[in-house]
Amino acid sequence: MTPVLAWATGVLALVVTVLAGLATARGRRIDDPLLIGAAVLELGLLVQAVIGFVALAVTDRDVDGVVFSGYLLTSVLVVPLGAFWAVGERSRWGTGVLLVAAATTAILVVRLEQVWRTGG
Amino acid sequence: MAERARSAGSAGAQMRHGPGRVLVAVYAVLGLSATVRGAYQVLARFDEAPLAYLLSLFAGLVYVAATVALVRSTPASWRVALAAVLVELVGVVAVGTLTVLDAADFPDGTVWGHYGRDYGWVPLVLPLLGLAWLRRTRP
Repeated sequence: MTPVLAWATGVLALVVTVLAGLATARGRRIDDPLLIGAAVLELGLLVQAVIGFVALAVTDRDVDGVVFSGYLLTSVLVVPLGAFWAVGERSRWGTGVLLVAAATTAILVVRLEQVWRTGG
Repeated sequence: MAERARSAGSAGAQMRHGPGRVLVAVYAVLGLSATVRGAYQVLARFDEAPLAYLLSLFAGLVYVAATVALVRSTPASWRVALAAVLVELVGVVAVGTLTVLDAADFPDGTVWGHYGRDYGWVPLVLPLLGLAWLRRTRP
């Protein structure tokens, strides 16, 4: 786990959160740019998960493996599940679901980095 | 768009559409995080604070029940959702007050502790939004 990666995925999650928030406020449905943004975020999260699991396997630091793995797994699930739930609603509220998913992901990335840095 | 959801709502409880869509998402997130955290606490560190951890798990399961009930969107599940939301409201106020008065029994941040402070006060706001939404979607 590198802080750089957590920063990248964290900022990406925040960008999607803000974009989805603006679109929700304007009453916009989910559009392609938003979905592409979510896809790029998910890609970053998948890369982070792979690197995270490898880092957990090779580290000699005292990191709570169960907690860290739990956060890694959850971090890659929230955006796809949120997107699935979001596209079923063709109104601003579908966009709002994506906002919730992206904001949750941002929090998860912060927690992930905390767990890695402090051990639990 | 929201109008469409509302007119559809008159035909039956449309709890999972319109603003309910977002409500379900927030409930799912809270349900997942509180349940998993509570289960982990109960399984791994039960002896440290049995009451707090059991309460954590219970709170998570109530959120999961509310999520499922909202998604099902039937008259029966409307009543389940109402019960779940009321339990949340009572829970967050009761546990919040207990933790403020006597922190010793709650060493770890549980979902309802300090009125849901550790979860951005979402546990305090969510039951109120839930009640408002259930009032609008009453079957």
